[in-house]
This record gives sequence, structure tokens and C-alpha cells, in this order.
Amino acid sequence: MNITASEAVTVGVQPDLIAAEQLTAGYPRKTVWQNANFSFGRGEFVAVIGPNGAGKTTLFRMLLGLQQPISGSIKIFGKSPKRGNPQIGYVPQRHIIDSETNIESIELVRLGLSGKKWGFNPFVHRDREAAFAALESVGATELAHRSLGVLSGGELQRIFLAEALVSKPDILLLDEPLSNLDLRRETEMLHLVNDVVRTRGVTALLIAHNINPLLPHLDEVVYVANGKIATGKPSEVLTSESLTALYGVQVEVLRDPHGNVAIIGVEEHHGALA
Amino acid sequence: MTFSINPLSDLQQMLHYQFMMNAFEAGTIVAIIAGITGYFVVLRRSAFTAHAFSEIGFAGAAAAVLVNVAPIAGLLGGSIMGGLAIAALGRRATNRDTQIGIVLAFSLGMGLLFISLYTGYATEAYSILFGEILGVSAGQVQLTLVAGILILLGVGFLYRPLLFSSLDEDVAEAKGIPLLFIGTVFMLLVAVAVSFAVQVTGVLLIFSLMVTPAATAQYVSRRPQTGMIIAVAIALGATWVGLFVAFYTPYPVSFFITAIAFGLYLAVRVVRAVIRPEKLPIASL
Repeated sequence: MNITASEAVTVGVQPDLIAAEQLTAGYPRKTVWQNANFSFGRGEFVAVIGPNGAGKTTLFRMLLGLQQPISGSIKIFGKSPKRGNPQIGYVPQRHIIDSETNIESIELVRLGLSGKKWGFNPFVHRDREAAFAALESVGATELAHRSLGVLSGGELQRIFLAEALVSKPDILLLDEPLSNLDLRRETEMLHLVNDVVRTRGVTALLIAHNINPLLPHLDEVVYVANGKIATGKPSEVLTSESLTALYGVQVEVLRDPHGNVAIIGVEEHHGALA
Repeated sequence: MTFSINPLSDLQQMLHYQFMMNAFEAGTIVAIIAGITGYFVVLRRSAFTAHAFSEIGFAGAAAAVLVNVAPIAGLLGGSIMGGLAIAALGRRATNRDTQIGIVLAFSLGMGLLFISLYTGYATEAYSILFGEILGVSAGQVQLTLVAGILILLGVGFLYRPLLFSSLDEDVAEAKGIPLLFIGTVFMLLVAVAVSFAVQVTGVLLIFSLMVTPAATAQYVSRRPQTGMIIAVAIALGATWVGLFVAFYTPYPVSFFITAIAFGLYLAVRVVRAVIRPEKLPIASL
């Protein structure tokens, strides 16, 4: 049922949705990574992986317009990122709702659509319908009237995804949506994101720790490590040669017969043999 | 005065007095604004901050008494300065319990100094600390009404971005919602609401109108708009019944208001503990 990357590409040559040239990120005294070049088209599923603190979230903050480049350029539809871009749906990392919060889930999804507007809107049913449609698209209509505080990790991630999707964005930024999910929920979540990418033509960037569950769905990988960024097809980036060049030390990429990868030679292993 | 068999005639008898009319009018306005601003105070976990406002306001009110100005001017001045300072500390400042506690303690000390400099006479301090709703003048009622309308307009204007940033700050920020602006304006509205609520409950009992009704409402309803209506209803009920009972008994109004609000909170928690929330019919509230 998954449409593969090659089929999606044959739809036609489209202008780049996201394009970065010689992009350097960080703070005045300390760069996080430098000279990154990448571009993504419409309807691509992109994994962002790399060690903790390598600057994966920094990339998201730049796309959201919350952080400015030190040098180089980054463009979304040919324009510099700006805060509040309605083309982007965002699910932040460690996105926890206080367990005391007794507010129904649909309220949060609805705010994802109109939370930026001033004033009071008790009678706008259009918002409510859009929120229900977003919940339906992530298979969470039965959670609409449940309290946010009692939802499980997997249920919350669905609500957050609906909150991000309700404004019909072109880009989805998902910061570690798979952490705290068990294997089954992880698979469900990945299928959900993949469906959104393929059916809506949304470009999803997903930060993850383990690349292997994502491999069947991915079009591109962004590997952030050692102050540098390597991007490309998973088969190009996840090789001993490419990661050795990225890290500057000998790195070995092993593959098992199922296509799972294990990365050997760096402190943190972001792929593990299943 | 004693209760008669007919509560209607009791009410008539009570409202015959101008000071009781003033008390009911001021109490009604204060209950409405305290219920609504309190809903967001509880949602944002800023109860301690709201309490700090009232104690900074106490120092202001005591200073006002010392220089022979209306205490409400000092309350407003003190709590608004406190609100601006806390807003300027940044987005997570409402959770800075330690710093807020330090400022709060110092403010109480200052208030004590001003009161003792005045004449050493404790009545003023007592009424600021515990409320003196029966002493509210017609002029004060009008001022309270103006403040109440401003607060309702302010919260109405901020409503959606305020609710969004209270529930989901990170996404709200990415959506381009001005968190600092929203936080600052909301703190100012709370500061004004606290200053007027102090007339009814006093500095020390401010939670009984600002926090307890809203906390109870958030147990009862999952919908913000319904929750706010319930918070207002509880605050109104506590204030009205408190005034009524206090009129016929020798005990203070503030005590009855706190006792009624607390009793309702306790009752709701007990009921919720017995009937588990997941067993409640979905979407019933």
C-alpha cells in the first residue's frame, strides 16, 4: 500500500519546497553545523538523524524562523523562513501535556487552526468541523472529547499531528514523535505520517533516533553529526564511505539481509540491527 | 437580626441597607472577573504569581494609607508593577517560585512597616489583609464596574491566543503568537482583577475567588467556555451566599466565601474520586 519514492518523483519536476545553500547554523560564538546544502521537493518523507546535541532541532528552528542563519541561505518556496508561516505544521520535542489539564482534545486541534486570531469565537462551527476532519485523518475521532491529561503517549502524538495538520500545511516538522512509543505504536505512527506524505503531498521532516523503522518509507536522509550535514537517498548517505567522511573517523555501516543498518565506530548508535 | 421563615423577605430586609446593596454589587462584579481570570491563572499554573500580586498590592495599599490616598490606588500601583516585573522576567517566569516568594515576603514586610508608621492602628491593615466588603462605597462600586468591563474586554480580545499559549506554548510560539505581549497583558489584567478582588476577600484570602472556583470548574468541565461559566457561577454563589449568611450571623463575610468555595471544591473532588472520569459519559460536560 505504500507508494514508493520513485513513483512519487515521476509526478513531475517541481520547484524545491525547501532549499539550503552553504547554510551555517548556531550562535555568534559557536557554530552548530556549517556549509550544509540540501533541497527537498513536495511530498518527500525525510528522516533527520544524528547524535544528541548535533543540531537536529536547530534545523527545525531555522525552518520555523525562530533562529537566523549565521551564513548561507535557506528558502521555503523561494522565501526566507518567517515565524508563523502557515505552510508549516510543527510537533515539538518532548511535547507533554500536564496530567492535570482537563481540556478536551478537539479544543487543542481547533486552536491549531485559529489560535492565532484575536477574540472570542464561541459560534464558529467551521473551525470545529475542520478540527474533526483533522482528527479523522489521523484516526483519532474517538479521542475528540477525551481530556488531554488522560491520553497515552501514542494518543497524544495523534492529537499533536492533527493539531499540526488542521491548517493544511505543505511541510510537517516532527521532532522525535516516536520517542516514548512502543514498537506497535511506532509502526502505526510511521504509517500515518507516510500516508499523509503520499496522499496530501506534504513534505515531512522527522527527527528520529533509530533509522531502521523509517527505512521502508524514506525518500531522503539528513544526517547531522560532527558539525556537518550529509543529505541524500538513504542508500547514498548510510554507507561506510559517506559517514566516515562526515565524522572524520572510520565508521562502518553494516546491513543485515532485511535491509536494517547498524552504524559502528561512533559513540552513539543510531541504527541497530533489529 | 435573625432569619425569618421566608428567605425572600430576609433578602428584602438585607438589601434595604445601602451598604449591603454596595456589597452585593461589588461582590458580583468581582466574582465574575475573578472567575474568568482565575480560569487562566489555574490553567497556566500561575496561582502563586496571582498571590504574589496581592501581597505586593498590600505594600502598595499600606503606602497609600500612609500618604492618605485611597488604598485601591496603592493596590493597583503595587500589583501592576509586580505584574510588569514578572512579565519582563520572561515566558517561564510564572514558574519561578523562589524569586516570587522572596519578593512576596519582602513586600509583606514593607506593608507592615508602612502600617506601623501610619499610627500603629491595625484596622486598615486588617481590612486590607482580610477584606472589608461591607465598607465598599457607591463610588468604589462604580470604579469596580469600570475595571470589570475593561478586564472582560481584555480577556475577550486575548481569548484564543491566550488559551493556545496556555495549553501549548511551543507550537503557539512557532505559529507566530507574541507570547511576551500576551503574557504581559494577561498579567496586567490579573493584577487589576486581584486589586479589586482584595476589596471583597482581602489580600490573604484572594485564592478563594481567584483559584478555588476555577480549579473546581476545571475538574467539572473539559470545555474552556463551559469551565469559565462554572467558575463564575461558583464565585458568584460563594459571594452571594457568604454575604447573606454573614448578614445574619456575627462572623466575617470572607470566612463564609472561603468556606463555601472550599466545600464545593472538596465535594467535586470526592465525587470525581468515586466516579472515575473514564466512566463518565463522553462529551456530557
